[in-house]
Amino acid sequence: MNAPTKIETTLKDWETDQEVRWCPGCGDYAILKAVQRTLPQLGCDPAKTVFISGIGCSSRFPYYMETYGFHTIHGRAPAFATGAKLANPELDIWLVTGDGDGLSIGGNHLMHVLRRNVNMQIMLFNNEIYGLTKGQASPTSREGTKSPSTPIGSYDHPARPAAFALGAGARFVGRGFDVSKNLPDVLKAAHAHKGAAFIEIFQNCIVYNKDVFDDFAAPKGAEGQQLWLEDGKPMLFAKDTKGIALNRQTLSLEVVDVVDGDWEAAGVVVHDVTNRSIAHMLVEMPFGAFPMALGVLYDDPRPTFEDAVIAERAKVSEGKEANLAKLLGKGQTWTVSGTAQDPV
Amino acid sequence: MATAATEGPHGLHESPEAIVVRFAGDSGDGMQLTGGQFTLSTALAGNDLATFPDFPAEIRAPQGTLFGVSAFQINFGSREINTAGDAPDVLVAMNPAALKVNLAALKPGGLIIADTGAFTKRNLDKAHYEANPLEDGSLAKFDVLAFDISEKTIEAVKPYGLGNKDALRSKNMWTLGLALWMFDRPRNPIHDWLKAKFKSKPDIADANIAALDAGHAYGETAELAGPLKQVHVDPVPSEPGLYRTVTGAEAVSLGLVAGAQLAELPMFFGGYPITPASAILHHLARLKEFGVTTFQAEDEIAAVCAAIGASWAGQLGVTSSSGPGIALKTEAIGLGIMTELPLVIVNSQRGGPSTGLPTKTEQSDLYQAVYGRNGDAPMPVIAARSPSDAFEVAIEACRIAVEYMTPVMLLTDGYIANAAEPWKVPDPDTFEPFPATFLDQPNDGENFLPYKRDEKGARPWVKPGTPGLMHRIGGIEKHELTGNIDYSPDNHQRMTDARKDKVEGVVVPDQEVCLGEPSGRLAVVGWGSTFGPIHRAVDNCRRKGLDVSHIHVRHIWPMPKNMGELLRGYEHILVPEMNTGQFKTVLRDQFLVDAQPLTKTSGQPFQIAELEEEIGKYFDGIEDNEGGEVAVNEEQLPNLEAGHDDGTYPDAPFHGDSAVPSGRDTDSEGVNQ
Repeated sequence: MNAPTKIETTLKDWETDQEVRWCPGCGDYAILKAVQRTLPQLGCDPAKTVFISGIGCSSRFPYYMETYGFHTIHGRAPAFATGAKLANPELDIWLVTGDGDGLSIGGNHLMHVLRRNVNMQIMLFNNEIYGLTKGQASPTSREGTKSPSTPIGSYDHPARPAAFALGAGARFVGRGFDVSKNLPDVLKAAHAHKGAAFIEIFQNCIVYNKDVFDDFAAPKGAEGQQLWLEDGKPMLFAKDTKGIALNRQTLSLEVVDVVDGDWEAAGVVVHDVTNRSIAHMLVEMPFGAFPMALGVLYDDPRPTFEDAVIAERAKVSEGKEANLAKLLGKGQTWTVSGTAQDPV
Repeated sequence: MATAATEGPHGLHESPEAIVVRFAGDSGDGMQLTGGQFTLSTALAGNDLATFPDFPAEIRAPQGTLFGVSAFQINFGSREINTAGDAPDVLVAMNPAALKVNLAALKPGGLIIADTGAFTKRNLDKAHYEANPLEDGSLAKFDVLAFDISEKTIEAVKPYGLGNKDALRSKNMWTLGLALWMFDRPRNPIHDWLKAKFKSKPDIADANIAALDAGHAYGETAELAGPLKQVHVDPVPSEPGLYRTVTGAEAVSLGLVAGAQLAELPMFFGGYPITPASAILHHLARLKEFGVTTFQAEDEIAAVCAAIGASWAGQLGVTSSSGPGIALKTEAIGLGIMTELPLVIVNSQRGGPSTGLPTKTEQSDLYQAVYGRNGDAPMPVIAARSPSDAFEVAIEACRIAVEYMTPVMLLTDGYIANAAEPWKVPDPDTFEPFPATFLDQPNDGENFLPYKRDEKGARPWVKPGTPGLMHRIGGIEKHELTGNIDYSPDNHQRMTDARKDKVEGVVVPDQEVCLGEPSGRLAVVGWGSTFGPIHRAVDNCRRKGLDVSHIHVRHIWPMPKNMGELLRGYEHILVPEMNTGQFKTVLRDQFLVDAQPLTKTSGQPFQIAELEEEIGKYFDGIEDNEGGEVAVNEEQLPNLEAGHDDGTYPDAPFHGDSAVPSGRDTDSEGVNQ
């Protein structure tokens, strides 16, 4: 979303007087701060900014943002946001959802808001667990996750949010994690993208799924497992000693060693945010054998839904007068005057 | 109910007060289209009328089968018409299945017009006829006019070079031509309509016109020898003005557009395809120049959520569905109630539960509308009684939604949605505007309180984007003024009370008695589309001298303030409903009155005769009504010995003959194109 006029604000202007009620140490705090830090930098207007959420821990987010906010019902935030955007395209909409809200009960709406390409930023906080209902396995929980509802370990295959988004037709897919210093950059790129911008944010549920992302998101020592993608830059990680190359035989990505910084010799791919094929490979890259792809994985705008709706209305209304009296008397009519009936 | 006198050899009187005609054929025969055009020409001839389209749920049921029969019934007359009629005077049967399914409804002595060209061995087998009923004498108690309409159609359109298969698609136009002649209706409007419909294919237009004219000409010839007589039904004296025909779906759509204009709001309509509610989405999708945005959502839930999102952003959110879809929307409606945003929900009821009878009418979503949500979630409910009434009711729904900041449910049903009737086009200037107001500055000194209520109990409406009034709302219980999350016991008590008081305080007009006296022996209390048959039945009974009155309720929730007192003025209360007695329960609950149910869930509207029968029971032993029987209404039961109107209707398809399921008519097939 491109804010038309830049407004001067500070982080404080975006804080509400409400007591934040997430568990101490929850990753949501860091995300909240990242957002409150980013919006002033973007020059956003709090009055035109709205936060819309579903149900779950993440969905309490709007209460803590000094903007217009709508805490809706479980899974349906994309539908409310679509209606609000069509009713007032000026609104700068941020949608907040989680792995359960967005991919389980609300998977259908998330798919459709992405394929329609309604202009908004969609932040999916992925903590791979149902937090607010006390720790059941979620659609992104890894196989074998033990939880009150899966005491022996879960056996359904996890959904991959970024792959889901891209498959649904998203034109922007970004990734970050709660405590990452780069998260604001991802948010800014999403905001700059006109259309539905999907951001998966790995978030540490300190109570029910503690530190499951530590392999790449631990405050210290995990940097080597982070592949931060930048448009036009080679896909390097582990202090540029490793890179991602395309195996042209198998049409798949592979990790290669980069010797003496000569990434070209190693065949490392240069990231092109508009390359949808590479984006598909990045979102499917299994963590472990590969690093975690972070940053802007894909960004290739196309016309938005609300623009199409507005253009259609303008086109079909052209030269037409919105005269209700005429509308009511449309079609084949007749007049009664006394007893005579005259078709008109 | 048709009151055609049946004296004379031909089943039809030359100048009856009212006639009921049923066009029946295969769902590919275009009967809905034939009926629709006949309706238009009848309206243009100045008769009052009511129609009942009855079609299979299957899009294209196998040809010639009993379950593929599609019928369109019209009752028209020179006096006020309230229903589509109990029993047809004339049955047009385009094939054996159509005859079989509809024959039981036909009035004894009625006229059958049948296409012998379709009474082939194959079609007779499909209709489970062992012998050709046109030949075996089984139709002796009716007048039969059977001839080869198929052949005559092929002959008529021959000059246009169509193959037999294509030519036969004009059969319905030929039949319509004959019907136009029979009832002395003008052909010009149909000519004009065909020319407009096939603007780009003038040959096809000409072929259909030729078929229509040939059918018309045949009437003149056949009159000389056969049972066919031309019948003239005088125009009904009506109030001067501009008229058109309107279906309930059209009237709801127009009423919503008018309501949004009166509220000075753009309208956002979120819908999802469902029978019989889709027609509203279709109508509104073509009215974008009126500031209407239509959004076909991914499901029913998204449709209502998007509408609420639009209301939150400052438009008038509207959604529409039928029972199963309303069930899906229910959680979101609760959020609309909790966040106190305007929303109009149109429920075009159909037979249930579950998928039920998608193309048949029922009033069984009343509990769902009044009580069907989690938590204490009060919501105004109003019901339309007829296609034209739906216009005003839709405006009323918009008014309540905007003035009281609340979701409102508008109940209509499959019958109202599809049926057509003449409508005196209203002047939009005669409706009182109710412009929405948006708060744009603090409402409590320096402070802004999103839940501070006005004298109606409504909270302020603030458009996101308004500087300085940022706030958050949601489904969690909120503080009674600030709207911030507040679970405290006293606050929830007060908020629950405030929501209840607001809805119960919605100002609705006092209940009037629409026919009869404000007290007496019996009140027949109805709501929704049963208005027509109840009104006619009560009228008939009053003409017989019975002390019975008709009360029709538009405002189901909250009910008019005088309702309890009014009801208690009658010795008995009878509540006919197309469900198992839902409104009866609400009346008992609200007013502790002994309301008695008369229920019907066959998917078919009430017949006047069955209502009269029930009313009669309340006058057993009453003076002038000895023996417990209501005197036979000669006009209504013209041929008593046949006894089909004895109140049991063992064979009548109206009573849910399992062979008559129905659906969307494949009317694209109906006219040659």
